[in-house]
Amino acid sequence: MDSAQRRTSPQPTDAPAISVRGLVKTYGDVRAVDGVDFEVRRGTVLGLLGPNGAGKTTTVRMLTTLQKPDAGELLVDGIDAVADAAKLREHIGLAGQNASVDESLTGSENIVMFGRLYGMSRKNAKARATRLLEQFQLSDAADRPVKNYSGGMRRRLDLAASLVAEPPVLFLDEPTTGLDPRSRLDLWEVIEQLVAGGTTVLLTTQYLDEADRLADDIAVIDHGKVIAKGTPDELKARVGGERLVVALADEASAPDAIAALGPMCTDTPVVEDGAVKLYVSRREGAIVEAVRRLDEAGVGVEDIGLHRPTMDDVFLALTGHAAEERTDDETEEATA
Amino acid sequence: MRRLATDTMIMAERNLVRLPRNPDLFTAFTIQPIMFVLLFVYVFGGAISTPGYDYVDFLIPGIIVQNIAFGGFITAMGLAEDLNRGLIDRFRSLPMSRAALLAGRTLSDVATNTLSMVILIVTGLIIGFSFNANIGEILLGVVLLLFFGYAFSWVFAFLGMLVTTPEAANSLGFMLVFPLTFISSAFVPTESMPSALQWFADVNPFTVVVDAMRALWLGAPAGNDVWGAFVWSAVIIVVFAPLAVWRYRAAAER
Ligand SMILES: Nc1ncnc2c1ncn2[C@@H]1O[C@H](COP(=O)(O)OP(=O)(O)OP(=O)(O)O)[C@@H](O)[C@H]1O
Ligand SMILES: [Mg+2]
Repeated sequence: MDSAQRRTSPQPTDAPAISVRGLVKTYGDVRAVDGVDFEVRRGTVLGLLGPNGAGKTTTVRMLTTLQKPDAGELLVDGIDAVADAAKLREHIGLAGQNASVDESLTGSENIVMFGRLYGMSRKNAKARATRLLEQFQLSDAADRPVKNYSGGMRRRLDLAASLVAEPPVLFLDEPTTGLDPRSRLDLWEVIEQLVAGGTTVLLTTQYLDEADRLADDIAVIDHGKVIAKGTPDELKARVGGERLVVALADEASAPDAIAALGPMCTDTPVVEDGAVKLYVSRREGAIVEAVRRLDEAGVGVEDIGLHRPTMDDVFLALTGHAAEERTDDETEEATA
Repeated sequence: MRRLATDTMIMAERNLVRLPRNPDLFTAFTIQPIMFVLLFVYVFGGAISTPGYDYVDFLIPGIIVQNIAFGGFITAMGLAEDLNRGLIDRFRSLPMSRAALLAGRTLSDVATNTLSMVILIVTGLIIGFSFNANIGEILLGVVLLLFFGYAFSWVFAFLGMLVTTPEAANSLGFMLVFPLTFISSAFVPTESMPSALQWFADVNPFTVVVDAMRALWLGAPAGNDVWGAFVWSAVIIVVFAPLAVWRYRAAAER
């Protein structure tokens, strides 16, 4: 068997690549994972989104055969993760929450070692390492011991190592935690390329913008339970659609503006900081219609814009508490 | 089975490649034993009476046995490090033989033990050690040393996983194994010890192995020591290998 070849799946392509049903894992009194269900369609990305301690890593560890569930059914690429654990390991790649490469080996030696442990010949593993290191912009550092790598380089190597055997299903546990904005963007692009090539990805993250950008579907998890599922847009729609913000030339005209815009609105417009803010039911044509209505009413407009709700709004609405705060303003730069 | 063999070799290769890049560990297995030999021969040697032998002849088999027993340190520290770093999670997610992780560790200890044995023999020969044995006896001694060292790798593998950091593994190993090597015939004749210690020293497997080495290399009266030493080593493996595997599973699954 040549492990370097992408394995063809025994399943028809419309069967989910990952299917989780009734998953439970307890540690003493702690119900780390408490009845989780989800499916990941082949060739898509599922974002498992949740704050610290939500149960993300525990779920990933059970899916990657590192831990046995207390209860539940786990199928990955059609293979039972408990009964056929050894077979499943040939079909998956894992980049764990802590960069897991050998610090004393060089980048290249690491990838060659992992490749050979997947069953590749030394020669194939070397060729693959060269290509991967290039793809992850680590060629220059290929022959340096990993202990001299920066955190971002280590994370990239970690991801490269999980791809060495081109597994059809990839698990990434907080892949961009600790990366600078630039490295995050690079990594996002690599993940997008993989998915375009047909790989199925389950990624966990605490970063809402990351799930928003990468995930086809999101499962929001908190205290071991899935509290919401859907596409990023569906989740945002739950928070209450698009928000139209109209900055007025003259604040005194606010009542006129509210009267004019009322028919477009799903609730009652509010006035804040000299601007009228309201939720609109439809994005298309909303600005044109608003400008026309305000013009007819003779209200002067300084600025007008539509704002999409962020995943932060989603999280707050679902859990009643905000997601973990970033310690810096990475979010701004990374999404800019 | 083939998987176990190839994966064990891959893991052993990894450990050996790492070793020279870790200067602290490397000197611990090269320079440090030489210092010990010189210290014992020239500082204590004059004060220790070893009837029938020059102290250097008496010492070399003993100090090699001590060093070889400590060869398992690399396994203990390496395992503690892997478990800490999450690297073990990656290994366990690969379609590799899980037994190869431990087998590869202990196998690479055989290589480092060979290295420190050679260094000690050469140092000994330079300062006056001489074999009183034929080539067959010398080689049987080498085999015994490596077998005993391999057995102690499993002891250290087990100890290394009782604790959670490489540093703790280090000090636990020292606290348990160091006294064991000193309350034996490795450095002084056991007859010179107080009677309680002497009783312990005489049943101590270190004494059995050291005496076997002296029988093989110096022509000392052997008694049951040679086969006794092989049996002790085998018993240590039979007891500690399963213990190590059990601790390893528990630690890795957390
Ligand atoms: N080995 C363990 N022993 C005891 N409790 C554990 C263990 N592993 C996880 N837990 C607990 O299970 C819960 C879920 O942990 P988990 O690591 O899955 O969370 P997470 O969503 O990955 O969090 P983070 O974002 O911090 O990585 C936590 O309350 C954690 O303390
Ligand atoms: Mg986690």
